[in-house]
Amino acid sequence: MTTTLSPPRRGTEPRRRHKRVRRRGALVPWLFLAPALLLFLYFKFIPIFVMMKDSFFEVRPFLGNRWVGLENYENALTDSAFTSAMWHSAVLALLTTVGSIVLGLVLALLVEGPARYLWFVRTAAFLPVVTTIAAVAEVWRIMYHPGPDGLLNTVAGWVGIGPLSFLSSEDSSLWSIMVMMIWRGAPYDMMIFVAGLVGVDRTLYEAAAVDGATVWQRFWRVTLPALRPVFWILFTLAAIRGLRVFVEVYVLTNGGPNGSSEVLMTLIYKEGLQNNRFGLASAASVVLFLATLLLTVIVQVLRRRQAR
Amino acid sequence: MRFDSTLGLESKRGPLAVTLKTILYAAIVIVFLGPLVGLLINAFGAVPDPTRFSLPDSFSLDNFIQAGNRKVFLYLLNSFVVVGFGLLLQMIVSVFAAYALARKKFRGMTVVLLLMLVTMMIPEEVIILPLSAVLGELPLIGTRLIGTYAGMILPIGAWGFSILVMTEFMKEVPVELEEAARIDGAGEMRTFFTIILPLCRPAIGVIGVFGFTMIWDQYVLPLIVATDSDQWTLPIALRSLRSDEEVGIGVLLAASLLALLPSIIAFLAFQRQFMRGLTSGAIKG
Repeated sequence: MTTTLSPPRRGTEPRRRHKRVRRRGALVPWLFLAPALLLFLYFKFIPIFVMMKDSFFEVRPFLGNRWVGLENYENALTDSAFTSAMWHSAVLALLTTVGSIVLGLVLALLVEGPARYLWFVRTAAFLPVVTTIAAVAEVWRIMYHPGPDGLLNTVAGWVGIGPLSFLSSEDSSLWSIMVMMIWRGAPYDMMIFVAGLVGVDRTLYEAAAVDGATVWQRFWRVTLPALRPVFWILFTLAAIRGLRVFVEVYVLTNGGPNGSSEVLMTLIYKEGLQNNRFGLASAASVVLFLATLLLTVIVQVLRRRQAR
Repeated sequence: MRFDSTLGLESKRGPLAVTLKTILYAAIVIVFLGPLVGLLINAFGAVPDPTRFSLPDSFSLDNFIQAGNRKVFLYLLNSFVVVGFGLLLQMIVSVFAAYALARKKFRGMTVVLLLMLVTMMIPEEVIILPLSAVLGELPLIGTRLIGTYAGMILPIGAWGFSILVMTEFMKEVPVELEEAARIDGAGEMRTFFTIILPLCRPAIGVIGVFGFTMIWDQYVLPLIVATDSDQWTLPIALRSLRSDEEVGIGVLLAASLLALLPSIIAFLAFQRQFMRGLTSGAIKG
């Protein structure tokens, strides 16, 4: 039907149509991507740009910003409140990560297997991971009640320890936060390890058994090496999560007592939004952002090198 | 010899082994579930101790009634509004973006993928200050999102994790199906909605349940966006319910329980999807 209606233009029409279709075809993926890219631009990339820019200014609402060069960075890296917060963040991130991985691996080895009751134990242990941080932090705050009749102190009393002051003492506040973070982080690692353990080649176990290897030898020589990629991923994820920790500290201690559990994010929040030292807080955010980025890149490089 | 597990604990069936295993597994369950059960019991406690957990003498709904007087159900409603619209937006954005990334070849695709990965490496906490400035006045548009639901919803609308999980899944859909649809004369949108999307239902479940827990757990974003206590979501309201002399910690416990239940229910209901997303997301990196 079309051929009878438009024979004279047969020479040009198909080519033009083809071209138009192709150009439209090139546009289609971008149309599908547009919502995501727009949201990322506004709520991720522009904020990063603003953060980097502000870090070089003394931000003064109504008066206009004043260029201060690297002064904010100098202050952030030398100010004792910031350096100790950085130290706390690093310690918290490292020990939470290591603690979660070790405990997670032990748990995984214990609860791995197809039995129905193991599935129940796994599910029960995993629940903390999906809980709302703010709510469980309130629960832990109550459990950490420092008096002898607090829940955890009662438990400690059974084994003859305590009463401990937990969150209310400068010596133990950071450790108490760490315990809660491991409680919530270890089951996550456990599940990843369980998935990793299922993937370990069973014929290797059989071969090891034929060679007369003990369970421990089998674990060190076969299981652990097979889990290596899982370690890397968990380490990166947990370290990043540990560095940026905010809610746990904000709810449990808000940095106290006397700054003993102050981490970078709580300090940034206070300096930026409460004390209006936006430039200084931005510089500290940039430092934290770069540390996160650097950590990710280093781990990726190490992983690639080891995989080869 | 069977190798169901690395340590082979399951095959140990002696009376001593069974006792030890029972104690061990009970201990694990108590440690990880105990605090949540403690919350559950005490939230329904009649006269809870003002400072600590205790075994209540009787059970009642008093704490929840008191919580209602303290606007807890308004905060809960706010949370549901944010999670409802936020999740809807996030899922739509994710499937659209994934369709382009999985089914199309175009210039600049590697750059886009790289940008997605970068967004996943930026924790929202770190950009919270500049984000509050951006939300105060959107560049070019000039709209103020501070103090609006939109301010709590739009920034979580695009999530790299969801997009990448969806992309991985969409790549598996056979090209033949798409080609067949095209030969039948189906356009871009038609192919997307009638062929690709229905086949991705399992992945939609995965990003749905992950998105739900992610949005429900949002803290810093509503914290900087809410200008009035009536706009609080439940997680950020908890802090203010803490020191209530009249009712002790009862209101706080009731509110905490309400804040915990939705994500626990979502997890238990969609457990298979959750585990699937967990392993795909983590192991592929």
